[in-house]
Amino acid sequence: MEKKNRAVLTGTHFMSGDLACAEGAIAAGCRFFGGYPITPATEIAERMARRMPEIGGVYIQMEDEIGSIAAIIGASYAGKKAMTATSGPGFSLMQENIGLAVMTEAPLVIVDIMRGGPSTGQPTMPGQQDMMQAKWGSHGDYEIIALAPSSVQEMFDLTIECFNLAETYRVPVMLLADEIIGHMWERVKIPPPEEIVLVSRKKPKVPPNEYHPFKPDGNLVPPMACFGEGYRFHATGLTHDEKGAPKTVSIEEQTKLVKRLCDKIRKNAGKIIKVEEVMLEDAEVAVIAYGITSRAALSAVRKARKEGIKAGLLRLITIWPFPEELVAGIAKKVNVIIVPEMNYGQLVREVERVAKTTPVFLLSKLGEEPHRPSEIIEAMRRALK
Amino acid sequence: MTESNLMLEHPLAKYLRQERMPHIWCEGCGNGVLLCSFFEALDELKLDLDKLVVVSGIGCIGRAAGYVNVDSFHTTHGRAIAFATGVKLANPDLKVVVISGDGDLFAIGGNHFIHAARRNVDIKVICANNFNYGMTGGQYGPTTPLDSWTTTTPYGNIEHPFNLVHLAAASGAVYVARWTTLQVRRLRNSIEKALQKEGLSFIEVISPCPEIYDRYNKLGTAIDVMKRFKLVSEVRHGYDPAKAEITKDQIIVGEFIDIEKPSYGRLFREMTAKVQKKLKGGKAKCERK
Repeated sequence: MEKKNRAVLTGTHFMSGDLACAEGAIAAGCRFFGGYPITPATEIAERMARRMPEIGGVYIQMEDEIGSIAAIIGASYAGKKAMTATSGPGFSLMQENIGLAVMTEAPLVIVDIMRGGPSTGQPTMPGQQDMMQAKWGSHGDYEIIALAPSSVQEMFDLTIECFNLAETYRVPVMLLADEIIGHMWERVKIPPPEEIVLVSRKKPKVPPNEYHPFKPDGNLVPPMACFGEGYRFHATGLTHDEKGAPKTVSIEEQTKLVKRLCDKIRKNAGKIIKVEEVMLEDAEVAVIAYGITSRAALSAVRKARKEGIKAGLLRLITIWPFPEELVAGIAKKVNVIIVPEMNYGQLVREVERVAKTTPVFLLSKLGEEPHRPSEIIEAMRRALK
Repeated sequence: MTESNLMLEHPLAKYLRQERMPHIWCEGCGNGVLLCSFFEALDELKLDLDKLVVVSGIGCIGRAAGYVNVDSFHTTHGRAIAFATGVKLANPDLKVVVISGDGDLFAIGGNHFIHAARRNVDIKVICANNFNYGMTGGQYGPTTPLDSWTTTTPYGNIEHPFNLVHLAAASGAVYVARWTTLQVRRLRNSIEKALQKEGLSFIEVISPCPEIYDRYNKLGTAIDVMKRFKLVSEVRHGYDPAKAEITKDQIIVGEFIDIEKPSYGRLFREMTAKVQKKLKGGKAKCERK
């Protein structure tokens, strides 16, 4: 009991987004953190280095981000809830093994506190430039889940959600936060442990000799045995059959596996996707935003309403799978859509893809400062002309 | 009675995933010898196979994980050691063995090896060194000798090779040995020893590659290569690994390093115990002041 209380710091705190993320992970049952220092995500590693020994978890600082993600895949297979945290350059290094985690269906959480890129870019400045990389960064066809927090409270809440989704779907889940959300200090309420909903991976119900490690059940996700439990199974990054045996030249096995890896997310998208809709019922202009940008967008929408502009906000909490049906529905109802992003146009492409004939305007901002509400209102006026 | 009914089961068959046979390795390849020595070591030690994990990377020997009848994982190229680090630290009750090749462990995976050895993670690394990238058709790698012919050194290799036992020793491994696939009994003894030691143990296994490297370099058949191993091998336990460079005329084999040093896992658990003791005594606080 004492141990549990030490893990979940029930109460009201004033903390940064990075610290809230670490506490969310711990509250979610994360007991393995493998990482490498990088601005602006370092505070997560620092918090984990201090907290893991307190609660009987493991902290390891690996030699690079390639090693970090490899280690957390290993820890996940050894039965732990595992996480790493990084930013753009480290996220790039992780792409290879994100593919491995997808292929071997390792539940794990990757936190990306986004800064300005490409390359070393602007380490201490905010950005939303990894939105597409999160989905497309590793080779091959695959689906992942990515969430975008817009407050320090959500850094806590959505990190727990990331673990629950990872354990449910056996997939790497990403928390895509920007530098401002990571470094901003706000009030965070940590609930009592009994109020926190936790999900753990399904375990096999068959004896070891009947266990096929990649044979899915009803919702396309295979129950997961872990190392040391007597199942003596094999997992590989090669295309494999349900038993885990490599199938490197079979069209049937490649098709079957790749489709299932994608479909377990695509077909469950309705259950996964979370958004926040504000004043969209009668809106003529919709702002679609996420992360820090959505806070300016919310303010802009409220101010615009006072000016008589029928504006509404769709705040994306789930980025991937992209809420395409929802966005398509909104596109049918409004005259224009504005997408403010701290990049040179990334998620706007997804919006354009599903908006069909409704005009979509990108409001791009790169570098130091997030969007101001006035800039978004100005964009509304221009778009409605 | 059919022919198969008359066949006796091989005494080591239980260690092999027989449904995955036939294996992909060439006739005369040393990987089978390596794997058999590993099985003999397991048999000798009567290890709990439910608590053993074999991890490999990419390459011919990378398929070993798929053939071993225990929990096993075939990682991306070069990442076996980093993956194994996560497994071992997450569940210290498991014995974790990495079986992989010279290119996988020391070119693309070199950084993971030196750091795992430095922090002394309690994993056992067995490296099949065949002096080239066999699976992709014989390109030069980090252990290819000078002047060797490979498909990417068509004018002869001009890169100096790693001396793996020296690298392992300098990086901090607690046990370092080298054998050729000819010295099977000694190899098995070394694997047994490594499996019982705490910390990162490294065993280099010099292995024939008859269809590719040995053929390109006109070293003869697998038998010829084994005969050459006999001719040029010299057993020198405790020899300075820095001086154990492999040359045309000499392969120094033996146990180079055998020391005691606490593993990362042990030190982490000791630190954890101290932190928790302080917390219970109210001396440390969760929250920084």
